[in-house]
Amino acid sequence: MKKGRANIAGNRLEWLLTLPSMGWLLFFFAVPTVLILVMSFKPANAYGGFGEGWTLKAWIDMGHPSYPLIVWRTIWLSLLTTIICIGFALPAGFLLGLIRSKWRNILLLLVIVPFWTNFLIRVFAWKVLLHPLGYLKRALMLVGLASDETLLLYNEWAVLLVMVYTYLPFAILPIYAASEKFDYSLLDAARDLGASASKAFWLVFVPGIQRGLMAAVAMVLIPALGSYIIPDMVGGPSGEMIGNMIARRVFNDRNWPHAAALAGLLMIVTLAPVLVAFFTEKQHAAGATREGGGEAE
Amino acid sequence: MNEFLVFEGVTKRYGDFYAVRDVTFEVRQGEIFALLGPSGCGKTTLLRMLAGFIEPDAGRILVDGKDVTGIPPDKRPVNTVFQSYALFPHLTIRDNIGFGLKMARRGKAEIAAEVDRMLDLVDLVEHADKKPDQISGGQKQRVAIARALVNKPRVLLLDEPLAALDLKLRQRLLVELDEIHDEVGITFLYVTHDQTEAMAISDRIGVMNRGRVAQIGAPAEIYESPVDSFVAAFIGDTNFLEGRVIERLGDEYSLVAIEAMGEIRVYNDREISPGDEIHLSLRPEKLSIQTSAPAATDEARNAIEGTVEDVIYLGALTRYWVRTGERRLAVERQHSRFLLDEKPPTWGDKVWVRWRADDGYLLRDFAPEHAEMLSLPAETE
Ligand SMILES: Nc1ncnc2c1ncn2[C@@H]1O[C@H](COP(=O)(O)OP(=O)(O)O)[C@@H](O)[C@H]1O
Ligand SMILES: [Mg+2]
Repeated sequence: MKKGRANIAGNRLEWLLTLPSMGWLLFFFAVPTVLILVMSFKPANAYGGFGEGWTLKAWIDMGHPSYPLIVWRTIWLSLLTTIICIGFALPAGFLLGLIRSKWRNILLLLVIVPFWTNFLIRVFAWKVLLHPLGYLKRALMLVGLASDETLLLYNEWAVLLVMVYTYLPFAILPIYAASEKFDYSLLDAARDLGASASKAFWLVFVPGIQRGLMAAVAMVLIPALGSYIIPDMVGGPSGEMIGNMIARRVFNDRNWPHAAALAGLLMIVTLAPVLVAFFTEKQHAAGATREGGGEAE
Repeated sequence: MNEFLVFEGVTKRYGDFYAVRDVTFEVRQGEIFALLGPSGCGKTTLLRMLAGFIEPDAGRILVDGKDVTGIPPDKRPVNTVFQSYALFPHLTIRDNIGFGLKMARRGKAEIAAEVDRMLDLVDLVEHADKKPDQISGGQKQRVAIARALVNKPRVLLLDEPLAALDLKLRQRLLVELDEIHDEVGITFLYVTHDQTEAMAISDRIGVMNRGRVAQIGAPAEIYESPVDSFVAAFIGDTNFLEGRVIERLGDEYSLVAIEAMGEIRVYNDREISPGDEIHLSLRPEKLSIQTSAPAATDEARNAIEGTVEDVIYLGALTRYWVRTGERRLAVERQHSRFLLDEKPPTWGDKVWVRWRADDGYLLRDFAPEHAEMLSLPAETE
């Protein structure tokens, strides 16, 4: 009983504490989102503004023949970025959580150090590196892995490379945060019960840091889907993503309703995985409470 | 045939520090063998070398005649009950218990049947579908035991399995563990720092001190005939008496001058001759206390006069500190009768402490620092 009452008090406090961030979300996320959606149902006028009345034209224009390709590229580039980032972040987070010496802080610092340099500068640095006359290509040519015709810049692979580079810390940090709380003796228990090292990793460690893993996926996948600067700087025409389309509609065509509809489309693509994750998690939690019972011996 | 589990000169070093040093002993098939020793003496290190998490720097470990050193933990025929339970939090109790069988790629139906049998054995049938954080500490412990036992290991390793539980629950689980052992007949290697636990459950005990095995024997052997002052003090309370042999009294007894106390008779537990320095361990419950002077003492009895300095009433028994000359003796007296009818000695009483010469035990080795482990260490001047 006591515990229940404490929970209610705790909940109220939690509500009060979340109020400011709720307000923030309302004014800087919910309101602009609704505005964008409303815009997408207005007609455009020739001067970059809105016409009178309502229309579905912007949404019908989504059927533009060049769009499916770009939407598809946005999705697969983002998914691949996420998979590669998680692929690096899982072992990295595992080791960071395991190390108990001063090395942990040194390695963590190395993960965070890129944030000390401006994002644009870092992407620009990649542009220099990947440039047809850049160091990377010359080095690759020297060892015979690239020829004069090889293009490192202005394609999908350049976008993928720079996205993985950019988002990797966002995958490592939540996984590290979860592994730091993970009880590594569970892996001994798994080995003791006959699990190989890799089975222990996949069947005990990964489920044990599940929340961190989900957070890492969200932290990489969602910004990746909305990428604009990276494909703009290193992608070229064959590396364009939805973000670039939106920018083009706004800056070149000055067609705000069309840009708004594209933004709506991006939102749908982005929200789908989040909603799926949210509902499976919720079911999970509901299942646990239903099974929950007495603590009594 | 009897030597089922063998440690042969097993050594583990961390830098210059020996966590386990040249340990050699055998465990018989089907017995409960307790490794007993103070925290930090190397018990866990020894157990983890058997489980395969640590490789010894020297020596080998044989299970059923087969050298297991160098084999990874998942391939060894032993299972461990970890002190912290180490249950998988994302799996139900049922799936926790079935984990080992799943790793061994056993059939679904077979796993279900085996798990059900285990749930029944540890009395957890109605909790089968809960998660570990929904059950109590005692229940977690039983899950940990079932999860290990279901794999039918050749040896079950238990690392302080009850240390995290409160006293009453510990005592109850100890009995349960004993019953489970009777039922499954698997060899248990039981690590603990609690001597009452070790004595209650094990067939034999190996007492460890600073990485070495000090003595191996049945609980009564260890308690009654400790080889040195460490074992004597660790396994229970005792009085340490230091003295010098004056003369032999026939084959069985010798006359000994105890420092600051007087002359007493001791049983010749080993060959001693006049002039030898000896150390005697005298358990408090072997001493009796009385307020009247004893009648003439026979050859095999000692009687020392003293004054009661302290009385500690413990319900079933009372512990007395009796001053005799310049030293104190701990004496325990059982209350077999209603206390008021007994008229026990009390503070300041002049008393006689008596014991049979056979009831002391001559230690092979003695180190003064072990007296610090007693509830009333020797006074230092
Ligand atoms: N990885 C290690 N590095 C250095 N010293 C260790 C390590 N593991 C254990 N030790 C030391 O070895 C000794 C024995 O440890 P342990 O086997 O855990 O003792 P017990 O289980 O008997 O309490 C302790 O003094 C401990 O500090
Ligand atoms: Mg230990």
